[in-house]
Amino acid sequence: MSTMAKRTPGAGAPHARRRGALTAFMIKEVWHILRDRQTLLVILAIPLAQVVLFGYALRTDINRIRVAVVDPAPDYATIALRSRLTATPRFEITHVLANAAPLETLFRRGGADMAIELEPGFGRHLKAGEPARVAFVTDASDPNSSTTRQAYATAVVNDFAAQMGDAGGGVHITLDQRMRFNPTLASVNLFVPGLIALVLTLISALMTAISLTREKERGTLETLLVSPLRPWQIIVGKVAPYIVLGFLIALLVLAAAAGVFHVPFRGSVALLLGESLLYTLVSLALGVLIAARTTSQRTAMMAALVGTMMPNVLLSGIIFPIASMPGWLRAVSVIVPARWFIVIARGIMLEGVGLANLWLETAVLALMTVVLLAAAVRSFSARLA
Amino acid sequence: MRILRFLLRKEYRQIFRDRLMLAQILLMPVIQLVILGNAATFEVTRAKLYVVDQDHTVASRGLVTRLVASGRFMLGGTSPSMALADQAVLQRRVNAIVNIPAGFERDLVTTRTAPVQLILDAKDGAAAGVTASYAGRIVNGYAAELSRARPRIAISSRNWFNPDLSYHDYMIPGILVELVTIGGTLLTAINITREKEIGTLDQLNVTPVTRAQFIAGKLIPIWSITLVEFAVGLVIAMLLFHVPMYGSFALVWFVAAVYLVAALGIGLWVSTVAETQQQAMFVVFFLLLIYLLLSGLFTPLTSMPVWAQWLAHLNPVMYFVAIMRAVMMKGAGPADVVVPFVVLVVYGAVVLTLAVRQYAKRTG
Repeated sequence: MSTMAKRTPGAGAPHARRRGALTAFMIKEVWHILRDRQTLLVILAIPLAQVVLFGYALRTDINRIRVAVVDPAPDYATIALRSRLTATPRFEITHVLANAAPLETLFRRGGADMAIELEPGFGRHLKAGEPARVAFVTDASDPNSSTTRQAYATAVVNDFAAQMGDAGGGVHITLDQRMRFNPTLASVNLFVPGLIALVLTLISALMTAISLTREKERGTLETLLVSPLRPWQIIVGKVAPYIVLGFLIALLVLAAAAGVFHVPFRGSVALLLGESLLYTLVSLALGVLIAARTTSQRTAMMAALVGTMMPNVLLSGIIFPIASMPGWLRAVSVIVPARWFIVIARGIMLEGVGLANLWLETAVLALMTVVLLAAAVRSFSARLA
Repeated sequence: MRILRFLLRKEYRQIFRDRLMLAQILLMPVIQLVILGNAATFEVTRAKLYVVDQDHTVASRGLVTRLVASGRFMLGGTSPSMALADQAVLQRRVNAIVNIPAGFERDLVTTRTAPVQLILDAKDGAAAGVTASYAGRIVNGYAAELSRARPRIAISSRNWFNPDLSYHDYMIPGILVELVTIGGTLLTAINITREKEIGTLDQLNVTPVTRAQFIAGKLIPIWSITLVEFAVGLVIAMLLFHVPMYGSFALVWFVAAVYLVAALGIGLWVSTVAETQQQAMFVVFFLLLIYLLLSGLFTPLTSMPVWAQWLAHLNPVMYFVAIMRAVMMKGAGPADVVVPFVVLVVYGAVVLTLAVRQYAKRTG
């Protein structure tokens, strides 16, 4: 028995001991995460606050248009048009002016969004069957809102014209518009898939990079290296708890989005989780790569921000549509992992499509994972050796 | 005063010694401005349109021609099958379908009214709404053209302050605000927590340096560097992006100087709460996220629900973004921006006082 016990350390036991060490190392890492309550709280609060803000506050639909009416010679028709505007919930008449002179100052101070100028003799022209003139002046500093406001005002005025009597011989084409995948144009539906990418990046790239460099900065990485743990075990032990944390928060975001804001989930949950895992691996590889090449937490932080967070937020289509970007920036966006993940996540959640429509994006992510993981492992073992 | 001078010399030296840090401070905003300036746009591009024409008449072809000729749509495919069109949308080859049902022309002639269906891929959000309003205008114009009757009311429209409807002109003044806010706040918070983490803050506390001197010694260098950054960004915005400046350069710079007091004050406050640099960074992230999203920078303020608008009115970023846009795009003068400016002054004073007090409590 005793000889057996003496012989085993040479063969199987160290392996077992190492595995035990790996578990212990992971437990230690979990404690590190749980101990820093403040960071944990903020990491949880960031995505949840975003879901709430995007769910309730950040809307692009224009529903309160502050109008200044320029009505130099009020008559029956201008009064009728004005009350027509007031009756439309979207419009609010904030000023009634006798001439257009104060408009410039009004717009400069942000007192109104658009002005509707009615010509003198509006009612007389209308009665006589001559075209009565209306001019819309919008504060076009925000181009999209300006276009939308004009469209709404046009609809009200056209309705008014129709009510005042048919022009005779006019034809009407009714345009039945349908918004596919997001009928209410709610920004939360578009943003939740992006938010999952954001959470996974934040935790798997930024947090791992910082936590690895912290061990470096404090010199504890050297201690770990002389322990029975192999380099890959150090990395796995470091990153595994973060993967779990990232997934938990991503699930929480999904649950909040589906439960409170009724964000649709039309596709397969399993597929989305699988793709999320792939995306997490890409982010982790980036995080490890950054940690291997930096020495201080501050540089790691900045590198992670510039190298992962910024492109993943700005060049991925989460907020700004890629189609609107200039060609060179669209070319750069091709190497941004989140760009591909967003297409996948939106496809699964909003369109309900499967792998058949998403194979290209998945293949790109898989390729990125392989290349980045290889680079990360190489660069990390080179630094450690 | 002498002590403050020494502290300032030390801080400037520390910043200028760390080449990497200096590069981050000065180069980062430039890179960010170039990337963000190009990326941060909700400009509505031409929608790729799939045409399902089941009518095949002069009238239906006329409608398609008007849509494509408007410059708002380009032809992405055509077939009489809705199923094929749907497939094209799912494969992301097109982002809009126009469906002209059979009997379109006949209905127009006999009943003087006919329906047309427009389906938009709303995955890109606001763009779909804007494209829809363009489509509405084109279809109405076509109907008016067909009826050849004089309209009862003739509508003309003018776009003031931004006749080309340029998105750059609108976003870049706001992005400049975002850059100096993130830079200044993060730098302040991390700089002070670093002294805390390394332990040099305790050393400083036992020297004759007073708290006011210490804080002034920390804030003045960051404040001045961020102001230089702001000026550089402004020049780049004007030279590279041709963003107009109808108002006064000095006015926005002066407002920036006041605004930064509030922004750095927030960073100072964070540094009193956080123990480590990592914590400081995450807390700053969280605060800035809310500040920036509720600033009207990305979505119109008037579209927000009332409670969010109230929150926005407590937000210094909102006032500075509004002032920047008003001065640069609309040529607003001091008299036009006096209200938001006063709010910023009050905000800066309050935040700075609170942060200094909190700081005194923490280290006392």
